[in-house]
Amino acid sequence: MKYQSQKVALAYFTVAMALFAIQVLAGLLAGWIYISPNTLSEALPFNIVRMIHTNALIVWLLLGFFGGTYYLLPEEAERELFSVKLAYLQLAILVVGTLGAVGSYLIGIHGGREFLEQPLWVKFGILVAALIFLANVTLTSLGGRKTAITNILLLGLWLLSLLWIFAFINPHNLALDKMYWWFVVHLWVEATWELVMAAILGFLMLKLTGVDREVVEKWLYVIVSCALFSGILGTGHHYFWIGTPSYWQWTGSIFSIFEAAPFFAMMSFAFIMVWKGKRNHPNKAALLWSLGCSVVAFFGAGVWGFLHTLHGVNFYSHGTQVTAAHGHLAFYGAYVMLNLAMITYAMPVLKGREPYNQVLNMASFWLMTSGMAFMTFTLTFAGVVQTHLQRVMGMFYMEVQDQLALFYVMRFGAGAAVGVGALLFIYTEFIVRREIITPGPVQVPGE
Amino acid sequence: MSEILTKARARNVFYGGSLFFTAVFVLMVWHSHHYIVTKSTAALPLTEEVVLGKQVWERHSCINCHTLHGEGAYFAPELGNVTTRWGVYDDPDTAFEIMKSWLEAQPSGVEGRRQMPFFALTDEEIRGLSEFLRWADHNDTQNWPPNDAG
Repeated sequence: MKYQSQKVALAYFTVAMALFAIQVLAGLLAGWIYISPNTLSEALPFNIVRMIHTNALIVWLLLGFFGGTYYLLPEEAERELFSVKLAYLQLAILVVGTLGAVGSYLIGIHGGREFLEQPLWVKFGILVAALIFLANVTLTSLGGRKTAITNILLLGLWLLSLLWIFAFINPHNLALDKMYWWFVVHLWVEATWELVMAAILGFLMLKLTGVDREVVEKWLYVIVSCALFSGILGTGHHYFWIGTPSYWQWTGSIFSIFEAAPFFAMMSFAFIMVWKGKRNHPNKAALLWSLGCSVVAFFGAGVWGFLHTLHGVNFYSHGTQVTAAHGHLAFYGAYVMLNLAMITYAMPVLKGREPYNQVLNMASFWLMTSGMAFMTFTLTFAGVVQTHLQRVMGMFYMEVQDQLALFYVMRFGAGAAVGVGALLFIYTEFIVRREIITPGPVQVPGE
Repeated sequence: MSEILTKARARNVFYGGSLFFTAVFVLMVWHSHHYIVTKSTAALPLTEEVVLGKQVWERHSCINCHTLHGEGAYFAPELGNVTTRWGVYDDPDTAFEIMKSWLEAQPSGVEGRRQMPFFALTDEEIRGLSEFLRWADHNDTQNWPPNDAG
Protein backbone atom coordinates (compact mmCIF):
# COMPACT_ATOMS: atom_id res chain seq x y z
CA MET A 1 0.00 0.00 0.00
CA LYS A 2 1.57 3.23 -1.20
CA TYR A 3 -0.63 5.66 0.75
CA GLN A 4 -1.82 5.10 4.32
CA SER A 5 -5.26 6.62 3.69
CA GLN A 6 -6.07 3.85 1.18
CA LYS A 7 -6.73 1.73 4.27
CA VAL A 8 -10.19 3.36 4.51
CA ALA A 9 -11.24 1.08 1.67
CA LEU A 10 -10.93 -1.95 3.95
CA ALA A 11 -13.73 -0.72 6.22
CA TYR A 12 -15.97 0.00 3.21
CA PHE A 13 -15.32 -3.42 1.69
CA THR A 14 -16.05 -5.13 5.02
CA VAL A 15 -19.47 -3.50 5.39
CA ALA A 16 -20.17 -4.08 1.69
CA MET A 17 -19.47 -7.81 2.05
CA ALA A 18 -21.72 -8.07 5.12
CA LEU A 19 -24.55 -6.56 3.09
CA PHE A 20 -23.68 -8.82 0.16
CA ALA A 21 -24.27 -11.80 2.45
CA ILE A 22 -27.62 -10.35 3.58
CA GLN A 23 -28.61 -9.66 -0.04
CA VAL A 24 -27.86 -13.20 -1.18
CA LEU A 25 -29.60 -14.79 1.82
CA ALA A 26 -32.70 -12.63 1.29
CA GLY A 27 -32.62 -13.61 -2.38
CA LEU A 28 -32.48 -17.29 -1.46
CA LEU A 29 -35.42 -16.85 0.91
CA ALA A 30 -37.42 -15.06 -1.81
CA GLY A 31 -36.57 -17.87 -4.24
CA TRP A 32 -37.71 -20.40 -1.66
CA ILE A 33 -41.04 -18.58 -1.18
CA TYR A 34 -41.72 -19.14 -4.90
CA ILE A 35 -41.45 -22.88 -4.25
CA SER A 36 -43.09 -23.00 -0.84
CA PRO A 37 -45.37 -19.94 -0.70
CA ASN A 38 -46.53 -20.35 2.89
CA THR A 39 -42.99 -19.86 4.26
CA LEU A 40 -43.03 -16.98 6.77
CA SER A 41 -46.02 -15.56 4.90
CA GLU A 42 -47.27 -13.66 7.94
CA ALA A 43 -44.06 -12.87 9.84
CA LEU A 44 -42.01 -11.77 6.82
CA PRO A 45 -44.11 -11.37 3.66
CA PHE A 46 -42.56 -11.55 0.20
CA ASN A 47 -42.63 -7.79 -0.39
CA ILE A 48 -40.42 -7.16 2.67
CA VAL A 49 -37.98 -9.93 1.71
CA ARG A 50 -37.66 -8.51 -1.78
CA MET A 51 -37.14 -5.01 -0.45
CA ILE A 52 -34.23 -6.24 1.68
CA HIS A 53 -32.83 -8.19 -1.29
CA THR A 54 -32.82 -5.20 -3.67
CA ASN A 55 -31.90 -2.49 -1.14
CA ALA A 56 -29.00 -4.46 0.32
CA LEU A 57 -27.70 -4.94 -3.23
CA ILE A 58 -27.86 -1.26 -4.12
CA VAL A 59 -26.26 -0.09 -0.88
CA TRP A 60 -23.41 -2.61 -0.97
CA LEU A 61 -22.64 -1.81 -4.60
CA LEU A 62 -22.46 1.88 -3.69
CA LEU A 63 -20.26 1.07 -0.69
CA GLY A 64 -18.03 -0.89 -3.05
CA PHE A 65 -17.82 2.09 -5.40
CA PHE A 66 -16.98 4.39 -2.48
CA GLY A 67 -14.37 1.99 -1.12
CA GLY A 68 -12.91 1.41 -4.58
CA THR A 69 -12.66 5.15 -5.12
CA TYR A 70 -10.91 5.68 -1.79
CA TYR A 71 -8.49 2.92 -2.75
CA LEU A 72 -7.59 4.08 -6.24
CA LEU A 73 -7.78 7.85 -5.84
CA PRO A 74 -4.58 8.30 -3.77
CA GLU A 75 -2.64 6.24 -6.32
CA GLU A 76 -4.05 8.23 -9.23
CA ALA A 77 -3.79 11.64 -7.57
CA GLU A 78 -0.44 10.72 -6.02
CA ARG A 79 -1.36 12.06 -2.60
CA GLU A 80 -3.16 11.04 0.59
CA LEU A 81 -6.94 11.47 0.84
CA PHE A 82 -8.12 14.93 1.86
CA SER A 83 -9.59 13.54 5.08
CA VAL A 84 -9.63 10.04 6.50
CA LYS A 85 -11.93 11.14 9.33
CA LEU A 86 -14.58 12.36 6.88
CA ALA A 87 -14.39 9.05 5.07
CA TYR A 88 -15.12 7.15 8.31
CA LEU A 89 -17.86 9.62 9.25
CA GLN A 90 -19.47 9.00 5.85
CA LEU A 91 -19.33 5.25 6.41
CA ALA A 92 -20.82 5.60 9.90
CA ILE A 93 -23.77 7.57 8.51
CA LEU A 94 -24.35 4.94 5.83
CA VAL A 95 -24.18 2.08 8.35
CA VAL A 96 -26.68 3.77 10.68
CA GLY A 97 -28.95 4.53 7.71
CA THR A 98 -28.76 0.96 6.41
CA LEU A 99 -29.44 -0.62 9.80
CA GLY A 100 -32.26 1.88 10.30
CA ALA A 101 -33.77 1.03 6.93
CA VAL A 102 -33.61 -2.75 7.42
CA GLY A 103 -34.95 -2.40 10.96
CA SER A 104 -37.88 -0.30 9.85
CA TYR A 105 -38.67 -2.66 6.94
CA LEU A 106 -38.89 -5.52 9.41
CA ILE A 107 -41.52 -3.66 11.44
CA GLY A 108 -43.41 -2.59 8.33
CA ILE A 109 -42.28 1.03 7.96
CA HIS A 110 -41.24 1.79 4.39
CA GLY A 111 -42.05 3.77 1.29
CA GLY A 112 -43.63 2.21 -1.75
CA ARG A 113 -41.63 3.34 -4.77
CA GLU A 114 -39.67 0.32 -5.90
CA PHE A 115 -35.98 0.41 -4.78
CA LEU A 116 -36.57 3.79 -3.09
CA GLU A 117 -38.43 2.41 -0.08
CA GLN A 118 -36.04 3.95 2.47
CA PRO A 119 -37.70 6.15 5.12
CA LEU A 120 -37.19 9.86 4.46
CA TRP A 121 -34.54 10.31 7.19
CA VAL A 122 -32.48 7.51 5.62
CA LYS A 123 -32.76 9.20 2.22
CA PHE A 124 -31.42 12.40 3.76
CA GLY A 125 -28.65 10.43 5.45
CA ILE A 126 -27.64 9.01 2.07
CA LEU A 127 -27.65 12.53 0.62
CA VAL A 128 -25.44 13.87 3.43
CA ALA A 129 -23.07 10.90 3.10
CA ALA A 130 -22.88 11.46 -0.65
CA LEU A 131 -22.06 15.14 -0.15
CA ILE A 132 -19.31 14.31 2.36
CA PHE A 133 -17.93 11.77 -0.09
CA LEU A 134 -18.00 14.17 -3.04
CA ALA A 135 -16.30 16.90 -1.02
CA ASN A 136 -13.63 14.50 0.19
CA VAL A 137 -12.77 12.99 -3.19
CA THR A 138 -13.05 16.24 -5.12
CA LEU A 139 -10.68 18.04 -2.74
CA THR A 140 -8.28 15.11 -2.95
CA SER A 141 -8.39 15.17 -6.72
CA LEU A 142 -8.03 18.95 -7.06
CA GLY A 143 -4.86 18.95 -4.98
CA GLY A 144 -3.19 16.14 -6.89
CA ARG A 145 -2.51 14.64 -10.29
CA LYS A 146 -5.59 14.60 -12.54
CA THR A 147 -6.06 11.63 -14.80
CA ALA A 148 -8.83 10.56 -17.18
CA ILE A 149 -9.62 7.72 -14.78
CA THR A 150 -10.30 10.08 -11.89
CA ASN A 151 -12.11 12.60 -14.14
CA ILE A 152 -14.54 9.98 -15.39
CA LEU A 153 -14.93 8.35 -12.00
CA LEU A 154 -15.69 11.63 -10.25
CA LEU A 155 -18.01 12.77 -13.04
CA GLY A 156 -19.98 9.53 -12.69
CA LEU A 157 -20.15 9.86 -8.90
CA TRP A 158 -21.20 13.52 -9.05
CA LEU A 159 -23.94 12.82 -11.57
CA LEU A 160 -25.32 9.80 -9.74
CA SER A 161 -25.44 11.82 -6.52
CA LEU A 162 -27.25 14.68 -8.26
CA LEU A 163 -29.79 12.23 -9.70
CA TRP A 164 -30.53 11.09 -6.13
CA ILE A 165 -32.51 14.35 -5.83
CA PHE A 166 -35.25 12.61 -7.82
CA ALA A 167 -35.61 10.08 -5.00
CA PHE A 168 -37.29 12.93 -3.08
CA ILE A 169 -39.66 13.92 -5.88
CA ASN A 170 -42.83 11.86 -5.87
CA PRO A 171 -45.67 13.43 -7.91
CA HIS A 172 -49.28 12.46 -7.13
CA ASN A 173 -49.75 11.60 -10.79
CA LEU A 174 -48.63 7.96 -11.23
CA ALA A 175 -47.37 8.47 -14.79
CA LEU A 176 -45.24 11.46 -13.76
CA ASP A 177 -44.03 9.50 -10.73
CA LYS A 178 -42.87 6.69 -13.02
CA MET A 179 -41.26 9.03 -15.54
CA TYR A 180 -39.11 10.77 -12.90
CA TRP A 181 -38.48 7.56 -10.93
CA TRP A 182 -36.51 6.26 -13.91
CA PHE A 183 -34.19 9.29 -13.61
CA VAL A 184 -32.76 7.55 -10.57
CA VAL A 185 -33.13 3.96 -11.64
CA HIS A 186 -32.25 3.96 -15.35
CA LEU A 187 -29.86 6.92 -15.36
CA TRP A 188 -27.98 5.23 -12.53
CA VAL A 189 -27.47 1.74 -13.86
CA GLU A 190 -27.54 2.46 -17.59
CA ALA A 191 -25.62 5.74 -17.63
CA THR A 192 -23.77 7.15 -14.61
CA TRP A 193 -22.81 3.81 -13.05
CA GLU A 194 -21.30 2.83 -16.39
CA LEU A 195 -18.91 5.76 -16.00
CA VAL A 196 -17.86 4.42 -12.60
CA MET A 197 -17.56 0.93 -14.06
CA ALA A 198 -15.40 2.07 -16.99
CA ALA A 199 -13.11 4.07 -14.70
CA ILE A 200 -12.60 1.24 -12.20
CA LEU A 201 -12.09 -1.30 -14.99
CA GLY A 202 -9.60 1.11 -16.58
CA PHE A 203 -7.68 1.35 -13.30
CA LEU A 204 -7.60 -2.43 -12.91
CA MET A 205 -6.39 -2.90 -16.51
CA LEU A 206 -3.69 -0.31 -15.99
CA LYS A 207 -2.45 -2.11 -12.88
CA LEU A 208 -2.90 -5.69 -14.01
CA THR A 209 -1.61 -5.49 -17.58
CA GLY A 210 0.90 -2.63 -17.48
CA VAL A 211 -0.46 -1.13 -20.71
CA ASP A 212 0.39 2.48 -21.52
CA ARG A 213 -1.85 4.96 -19.65
CA GLU A 214 -2.42 7.03 -22.80
CA VAL A 215 -3.98 4.00 -24.54
CA VAL A 216 -6.21 3.13 -21.58
CA GLU A 217 -7.49 6.68 -21.23
CA LYS A 218 -8.34 7.16 -24.88
CA TRP A 219 -10.34 3.92 -24.74
CA LEU A 220 -12.13 5.16 -21.64
CA TYR A 221 -13.43 8.30 -23.35
CA VAL A 222 -14.70 6.23 -26.27
CA ILE A 223 -16.44 3.81 -23.90
CA VAL A 224 -18.14 6.47 -21.80
CA SER A 225 -19.19 8.34 -24.95
CA CYS A 226 -20.94 5.17 -26.13
CA ALA A 227 -22.52 4.81 -22.68
CA LEU A 228 -24.04 8.27 -22.43
CA PHE A 229 -24.91 8.79 -26.10
CA SER A 230 -26.98 5.59 -26.05
CA GLY A 231 -28.02 5.49 -22.40
CA ILE A 232 -29.59 8.93 -22.00
CA LEU A 233 -32.17 8.61 -24.78
CA GLY A 234 -32.23 4.85 -24.13
CA THR A 235 -34.30 5.80 -21.07
CA GLY A 236 -37.08 5.75 -23.66
CA HIS A 237 -37.33 1.96 -23.41
CA HIS A 238 -38.97 2.49 -20.01
CA TYR A 239 -41.40 5.03 -21.44
CA PHE A 240 -43.27 2.66 -23.77
CA TRP A 241 -46.36 1.83 -21.66
CA ILE A 242 -46.57 4.15 -18.65
CA GLY A 243 -48.60 6.99 -20.13
CA THR A 244 -45.81 8.76 -22.01
CA PRO A 245 -46.16 9.73 -25.71
CA SER A 246 -45.74 7.12 -28.46
CA TYR A 247 -42.59 8.73 -29.91
CA TRP A 248 -40.66 7.10 -27.08
CA GLN A 249 -41.26 3.72 -28.72
CA TRP A 250 -38.94 4.36 -31.65
CA THR A 251 -36.60 6.59 -29.65
CA GLY A 252 -36.25 3.98 -26.93
CA SER A 253 -35.92 1.06 -29.34
CA ILE A 254 -33.26 2.66 -31.54
CA PHE A 255 -31.11 4.09 -28.77
CA SER A 256 -31.26 0.98 -26.66
CA ILE A 257 -29.91 -1.09 -29.56
CA PHE A 258 -26.79 1.02 -29.10
CA GLU A 259 -26.80 0.46 -25.33
CA ALA A 260 -24.96 -2.79 -26.00
CA ALA A 261 -22.10 -0.76 -27.54
CA PRO A 262 -20.39 0.46 -24.34
CA PHE A 263 -20.49 -3.07 -22.92
CA PHE A 264 -19.07 -4.52 -26.11
CA ALA A 265 -16.39 -1.83 -26.03
CA MET A 266 -15.53 -2.61 -22.41
CA MET A 267 -15.22 -6.31 -23.22
CA SER A 268 -12.99 -5.61 -26.23
CA PHE A 269 -10.98 -3.14 -24.19
CA ALA A 270 -10.33 -5.59 -21.36
CA PHE A 271 -9.20 -8.41 -23.67
CA ILE A 272 -7.09 -6.21 -25.94
CA MET A 273 -5.32 -4.71 -22.92
CA VAL A 274 -4.52 -8.18 -21.62
CA TRP A 275 -3.17 -9.27 -25.00
CA LYS A 276 -1.11 -6.12 -25.39
CA GLY A 277 0.04 -6.06 -21.78
CA LYS A 278 3.56 -6.92 -20.87
CA ARG A 279 3.10 -7.27 -17.13
CA ASN A 280 2.50 -10.67 -15.61
CA HIS A 281 0.69 -9.58 -12.46
CA PRO A 282 0.56 -12.28 -9.77
CA ASN A 283 -3.05 -11.54 -8.78
CA LYS A 284 -4.65 -13.83 -11.34
CA ALA A 285 -7.95 -13.87 -9.45
CA ALA A 286 -8.36 -10.12 -9.93
CA LEU A 287 -7.68 -10.54 -13.64
CA LEU A 288 -10.26 -13.34 -13.82
CA TRP A 289 -12.91 -11.17 -12.17
CA SER A 290 -12.08 -8.17 -14.37
CA LEU A 291 -12.31 -10.11 -17.62
CA GLY A 292 -15.34 -12.03 -16.36
CA CYS A 293 -17.03 -8.77 -15.41
CA SER A 294 -16.64 -7.33 -18.90
CA VAL A 295 -17.96 -10.52 -20.53
CA VAL A 296 -20.92 -11.15 -18.24
CA ALA A 297 -21.85 -7.45 -18.30
CA PHE A 298 -21.95 -7.63 -22.09
CA PHE A 299 -24.23 -10.66 -22.02
CA GLY A 300 -26.37 -9.60 -19.05
CA ALA A 301 -26.81 -5.93 -19.87
CA GLY A 302 -26.09 -5.92 -23.59
CA VAL A 303 -27.52 -9.14 -24.97
CA TRP A 304 -30.26 -9.89 -22.42
CA GLY A 305 -31.21 -6.22 -22.44
CA PHE A 306 -31.51 -6.18 -26.21
CA LEU A 307 -33.57 -9.37 -26.08
CA HIS A 308 -36.66 -7.53 -24.86
CA THR A 309 -35.93 -3.86 -25.51
CA LEU A 310 -37.55 -3.40 -28.95
CA HIS A 311 -41.05 -2.09 -28.35
CA GLY A 312 -42.65 -4.71 -30.61
CA VAL A 313 -41.17 -7.44 -28.41
CA ASN A 314 -41.52 -5.57 -25.14
CA PHE A 315 -45.26 -5.14 -25.74
CA TYR A 316 -45.51 -8.88 -25.00
CA SER A 317 -42.57 -9.50 -22.65
CA HIS A 318 -42.86 -6.41 -20.41
CA GLY A 319 -42.98 -7.25 -16.70
CA THR A 320 -42.49 -11.02 -17.05
CA GLN A 321 -39.73 -13.33 -15.82
CA VAL A 322 -37.73 -12.20 -18.88
CA THR A 323 -37.20 -8.92 -17.06
CA ALA A 324 -36.14 -10.77 -13.92
CA ALA A 325 -33.62 -12.82 -15.92
CA HIS A 326 -32.08 -9.70 -17.46
CA GLY A 327 -32.03 -7.86 -14.13
CA HIS A 328 -30.13 -10.63 -12.38
CA LEU A 329 -27.43 -11.19 -15.01
CA ALA A 330 -26.95 -7.49 -15.75
CA PHE A 331 -26.51 -6.47 -12.11
CA TYR A 332 -24.29 -9.44 -11.43
CA GLY A 333 -22.08 -9.00 -14.49
CA ALA A 334 -21.74 -5.26 -14.55
CA TYR A 335 -21.68 -4.18 -10.92
CA VAL A 336 -21.34 -7.16 -8.58
CA MET A 337 -18.41 -8.61 -10.53
CA LEU A 338 -16.83 -5.18 -10.90
CA ASN A 339 -16.83 -4.69 -7.14
CA LEU A 340 -15.61 -8.22 -6.51
CA ALA A 341 -12.80 -7.59 -9.02
CA MET A 342 -11.75 -4.44 -7.20
CA ILE A 343 -11.99 -6.16 -3.80
CA THR A 344 -10.00 -9.14 -5.08
CA TYR A 345 -7.34 -6.76 -6.39
CA ALA A 346 -7.16 -4.56 -3.30
CA MET A 347 -7.58 -6.99 -0.39
CA PRO A 348 -4.16 -8.70 -0.57
CA VAL A 349 -2.60 -5.23 -0.56
CA LEU A 350 -4.83 -3.86 2.19
CA LYS A 351 -4.27 -6.89 4.41
CA GLY A 352 -0.56 -7.21 3.63
CA ARG A 353 -0.83 -10.72 2.23
CA GLU A 354 1.22 -10.57 -0.94
CA PRO A 355 2.19 -12.81 -2.66
CA TYR A 356 -1.05 -14.64 -2.44
CA ASN A 357 -2.61 -16.81 -5.07
CA GLN A 358 -6.29 -16.90 -4.54
CA VAL A 359 -7.37 -20.28 -5.84
CA LEU A 360 -10.38 -20.46 -3.53
CA ASN A 361 -11.39 -17.03 -4.74
CA MET A 362 -11.27 -18.31 -8.32
CA ALA A 363 -13.41 -21.28 -7.31
CA SER A 364 -15.98 -18.83 -5.95
CA PHE A 365 -15.87 -17.00 -9.29
CA TRP A 366 -16.88 -20.12 -11.19
CA LEU A 367 -19.52 -21.15 -8.65
CA MET A 368 -21.18 -17.75 -8.58
CA THR A 369 -20.90 -17.10 -12.29
CA SER A 370 -22.18 -20.47 -13.44
CA GLY A 371 -24.96 -20.32 -10.84
CA MET A 372 -26.02 -16.91 -12.06
CA ALA A 373 -25.85 -18.01 -15.70
CA PHE A 374 -28.05 -21.02 -14.98
CA MET A 375 -30.50 -18.84 -13.04
CA THR A 376 -30.68 -16.50 -16.01
CA PHE A 377 -31.39 -19.37 -18.42
CA THR A 378 -34.17 -20.84 -16.25
CA LEU A 379 -35.80 -17.45 -15.74
CA THR A 380 -35.53 -16.69 -19.45
CA PHE A 381 -37.28 -19.95 -20.34
CA ALA A 382 -39.89 -19.25 -17.64
CA GLY A 383 -40.37 -15.80 -19.10
CA VAL A 384 -40.82 -17.04 -22.65
CA VAL A 385 -43.43 -19.59 -21.52
CA GLN A 386 -45.13 -16.92 -19.40
CA THR A 387 -45.16 -14.42 -22.27
CA HIS A 388 -46.77 -16.94 -24.57
CA LEU A 389 -49.38 -18.29 -22.17
CA GLN A 390 -50.32 -14.97 -20.60
CA ARG A 391 -49.74 -12.32 -23.23
CA VAL A 392 -50.56 -14.31 -26.36
CA MET A 393 -53.01 -16.97 -25.16
CA GLY A 394 -54.56 -14.75 -22.49
CA MET A 395 -54.37 -17.25 -19.60
CA PHE A 396 -54.64 -15.65 -16.17
CA TYR A 397 -51.54 -14.82 -14.15
CA MET A 398 -51.85 -17.39 -11.36
CA GLU A 399 -52.70 -20.27 -13.73
CA VAL A 400 -49.60 -19.39 -15.74
CA GLN A 401 -47.47 -19.31 -12.60
CA ASP A 402 -48.50 -22.91 -11.82
CA GLN A 403 -47.02 -23.88 -15.19
CA LEU A 404 -43.68 -22.34 -14.25
CA ALA A 405 -43.13 -24.30 -11.02
CA LEU A 406 -40.27 -26.42 -12.39
CA PHE A 407 -38.35 -23.34 -13.53
CA TYR A 408 -38.63 -21.86 -10.05
CA VAL A 409 -37.21 -25.03 -8.49
CA MET A 410 -34.24 -24.86 -10.87
CA ARG A 411 -33.85 -21.16 -10.13
CA PHE A 412 -33.60 -21.93 -6.43
CA GLY A 413 -30.89 -24.53 -7.10
CA ALA A 414 -28.95 -22.03 -9.17
CA GLY A 415 -29.41 -19.45 -6.42
CA ALA A 416 -28.03 -21.90 -3.85
CA ALA A 417 -24.85 -22.20 -5.96
CA VAL A 418 -24.58 -18.42 -6.08
CA GLY A 419 -25.08 -18.30 -2.31
CA VAL A 420 -22.35 -20.86 -1.63
CA GLY A 421 -20.06 -19.00 -4.04
CA ALA A 422 -20.72 -15.68 -2.31
CA LEU A 423 -20.03 -17.07 1.15
CA LEU A 424 -16.87 -18.75 -0.17
CA PHE A 425 -15.74 -15.43 -1.63
CA ILE A 426 -16.27 -13.64 1.69
CA TYR A 427 -14.45 -16.46 3.50
CA THR A 428 -11.43 -16.27 1.19
CA GLU A 429 -11.15 -12.50 1.45
CA PHE A 430 -11.58 -12.14 5.20
CA ILE A 431 -10.61 -15.40 6.89
CA VAL A 432 -7.97 -17.19 4.84
CA ARG A 433 -4.61 -15.97 6.10
CA ARG A 434 -2.23 -17.59 3.71
CA GLU A 435 -2.72 -19.68 0.64
CA ILE A 436 0.30 -20.43 -1.50
CA ILE A 437 0.12 -23.12 -4.09
CA THR A 438 3.54 -23.92 -5.48
CA PRO A 439 3.53 -24.49 -9.21
CA GLY A 440 4.32 -28.02 -10.36
CA PRO A 441 7.32 -28.82 -12.58
CA VAL A 442 7.13 -27.29 -16.03
CA GLN A 443 5.74 -29.80 -18.48
CA VAL A 444 7.66 -30.22 -21.70
CA PRO A 445 5.19 -30.75 -24.55
CA GLY A 446 5.33 -34.28 -25.94
CA GLU A 447 7.46 -34.90 -29.00
CA MET B 1 -6.85 6.18 -36.36
CA SER B 2 -4.66 6.94 -33.39
CA GLU B 3 -3.55 10.24 -34.99
CA ILE B 4 -7.06 11.44 -35.79
CA LEU B 5 -8.56 10.35 -32.47
CA THR B 6 -6.30 11.86 -29.85
CA LYS B 7 -7.19 11.65 -26.17
CA ALA B 8 -8.14 15.34 -26.11
CA ARG B 9 -10.48 14.89 -29.10
CA ALA B 10 -12.08 11.82 -27.58
CA ARG B 11 -12.69 13.77 -24.38
CA ASN B 12 -14.24 16.70 -26.24
CA VAL B 13 -16.53 14.42 -28.22
CA PHE B 14 -17.63 12.84 -24.93
CA TYR B 15 -18.47 16.13 -23.21
CA GLY B 16 -20.04 17.77 -26.26
CA GLY B 17 -22.10 14.74 -27.24
CA SER B 18 -23.32 14.11 -23.69
CA LEU B 19 -24.50 17.71 -23.36
CA PHE B 20 -26.30 17.45 -26.69
CA PHE B 21 -28.13 14.22 -25.80
CA THR B 22 -28.99 15.56 -22.34
CA ALA B 23 -30.54 18.65 -23.93
CA VAL B 24 -32.63 16.53 -26.32
CA PHE B 25 -33.70 14.31 -23.43
CA VAL B 26 -34.74 17.25 -21.25
CA LEU B 27 -36.84 18.72 -24.08
CA MET B 28 -38.58 15.38 -24.69
CA VAL B 29 -39.27 14.90 -20.98
CA TRP B 30 -40.63 18.43 -20.74
CA HIS B 31 -43.04 17.67 -23.57
CA SER B 32 -43.94 14.29 -22.09
CA HIS B 33 -44.73 15.90 -18.74
CA HIS B 34 -47.21 18.20 -20.48
CA TYR B 35 -48.65 15.29 -22.48
CA ILE B 36 -49.17 13.17 -19.34
CA VAL B 37 -50.94 15.92 -17.44
CA THR B 38 -53.18 17.10 -20.27
CA LYS B 39 -53.76 13.96 -22.34
CA SER B 40 -52.79 10.47 -21.24
CA THR B 41 -53.95 10.68 -17.61
CA ALA B 42 -56.79 13.16 -18.06
CA ALA B 43 -59.61 10.64 -18.62
CA LEU B 44 -60.51 10.65 -14.92
CA PRO B 45 -59.73 13.58 -12.60
CA LEU B 46 -56.85 13.20 -10.14
CA THR B 47 -59.09 13.51 -7.06
CA GLU B 48 -58.13 13.47 -3.40
CA GLU B 49 -59.42 9.90 -3.25
CA VAL B 50 -56.97 8.86 -5.98
CA VAL B 51 -54.09 10.61 -4.21
CA LEU B 52 -55.01 8.88 -0.93
CA GLY B 53 -55.13 5.58 -2.81
CA LYS B 54 -51.62 6.12 -4.16
CA GLN B 55 -50.40 6.78 -0.62
CA VAL B 56 -52.04 3.58 0.64
CA TRP B 57 -50.49 1.72 -2.29
CA GLU B 58 -47.06 3.06 -1.34
CA ARG B 59 -47.36 2.67 2.43
CA HIS B 60 -47.98 -1.05 2.06
CA SER B 61 -45.40 -1.49 -0.71
CA CYS B 62 -47.79 -3.32 -3.05
CA ILE B 63 -45.18 -2.82 -5.80
CA ASN B 64 -42.86 -5.39 -4.21
CA CYS B 65 -45.25 -8.23 -5.13
CA HIS B 66 -47.44 -6.82 -7.92
CA THR B 67 -46.68 -4.99 -11.13
CA LEU B 68 -48.43 -1.74 -12.10
CA HIS B 69 -48.27 -1.00 -15.83
CA GLY B 70 -45.68 -3.78 -15.98
CA GLU B 71 -43.30 -2.33 -13.38
CA GLY B 72 -42.69 -3.83 -9.97
CA ALA B 73 -42.14 -7.34 -8.68
CA TYR B 74 -43.27 -10.38 -10.65
CA PHE B 75 -44.71 -12.35 -7.73
CA ALA B 76 -48.36 -11.34 -8.03
CA PRO B 77 -50.74 -10.23 -10.81
CA GLU B 78 -50.58 -7.02 -12.85
CA LEU B 79 -52.91 -4.40 -11.35
CA GLY B 80 -52.82 -1.67 -14.02
CA ASN B 81 -55.91 -3.21 -15.62
CA VAL B 82 -57.41 -4.99 -12.61
CA THR B 83 -60.62 -2.97 -12.69
CA THR B 84 -61.14 -4.14 -16.29
CA ARG B 85 -60.63 -7.76 -15.15
CA TRP B 86 -63.11 -7.26 -12.35
CA GLY B 87 -65.59 -5.57 -14.71
CA VAL B 88 -65.72 -2.41 -12.58
CA TYR B 89 -63.91 -0.05 -14.96
CA ASP B 90 -66.77 2.47 -14.78
CA ASP B 91 -68.35 1.40 -11.51
CA PRO B 92 -66.67 3.00 -8.46
CA ASP B 93 -69.13 1.52 -5.92
CA THR B 94 -68.74 -2.09 -7.00
CA ALA B 95 -64.96 -1.55 -7.34
CA PHE B 96 -64.90 -0.51 -3.69
CA GLU B 97 -67.00 -3.48 -2.56
CA ILE B 98 -64.96 -6.09 -4.42
CA MET B 99 -61.75 -4.52 -3.15
CA LYS B 100 -63.02 -4.54 0.43
CA SER B 101 -64.11 -8.15 0.40
CA TRP B 102 -60.90 -9.18 -1.35
CA LEU B 103 -58.68 -7.44 1.20
CA GLU B 104 -60.65 -8.83 4.13
CA ALA B 105 -60.28 -12.38 2.85
CA GLN B 106 -56.46 -12.22 2.97
CA PRO B 107 -54.37 -14.15 3.73
CA SER B 108 -56.15 -17.14 2.26
CA GLY B 109 -53.95 -19.55 4.23
CA VAL B 110 -54.41 -22.14 1.48
CA GLU B 111 -51.42 -24.50 1.50
CA GLY B 112 -49.19 -24.10 -1.57
CA ARG B 113 -50.80 -20.82 -2.70
CA ARG B 114 -48.98 -17.49 -2.68
CA GLN B 115 -50.19 -15.47 0.28
CA MET B 116 -51.23 -11.83 0.24
CA PRO B 117 -50.81 -10.27 3.71
CA PHE B 118 -53.73 -8.82 5.66
CA PHE B 119 -53.79 -5.02 5.61
CA ALA B 120 -55.93 -3.21 8.18
CA LEU B 121 -57.43 -0.40 6.09
CA THR B 122 -60.32 1.96 6.78
CA ASP B 123 -63.22 2.14 4.30
CA GLU B 124 -61.91 5.51 3.16
CA GLU B 125 -58.51 4.02 2.39
CA ILE B 126 -60.03 1.06 0.57
CA ARG B 127 -62.13 3.43 -1.50
CA GLY B 128 -58.98 5.43 -2.25
CA LEU B 129 -57.18 2.31 -3.38
CA SER B 130 -59.98 1.16 -5.69
CA GLU B 131 -60.27 4.67 -7.15
CA PHE B 132 -56.48 4.86 -7.63
CA LEU B 133 -56.50 1.58 -9.56
CA ARG B 134 -59.54 2.66 -11.60
CA TRP B 135 -57.78 5.96 -12.38
CA ALA B 136 -54.61 4.09 -13.42
CA ASP B 137 -56.67 1.73 -15.60
CA HIS B 138 -58.06 4.79 -17.44
CA ASN B 139 -54.54 6.07 -18.27
CA ASP B 140 -53.57 5.84 -21.93
CA THR B 141 -50.76 3.25 -21.91
CA GLN B 142 -50.52 2.77 -25.69
CA ASN B 143 -52.90 -0.22 -25.45
CA TRP B 144 -50.67 -2.14 -23.07
CA PRO B 145 -51.24 -4.84 -21.73
CA PRO B 146 -52.06 -6.93 -24.82
CA ASN B 147 -55.12 -8.56 -23.16
CA ASP B 148 -57.20 -8.53 -19.99
CA ALA B 149 -54.99 -11.17 -18.32
CA GLY B 150 -52.53 -8.31 -17.71
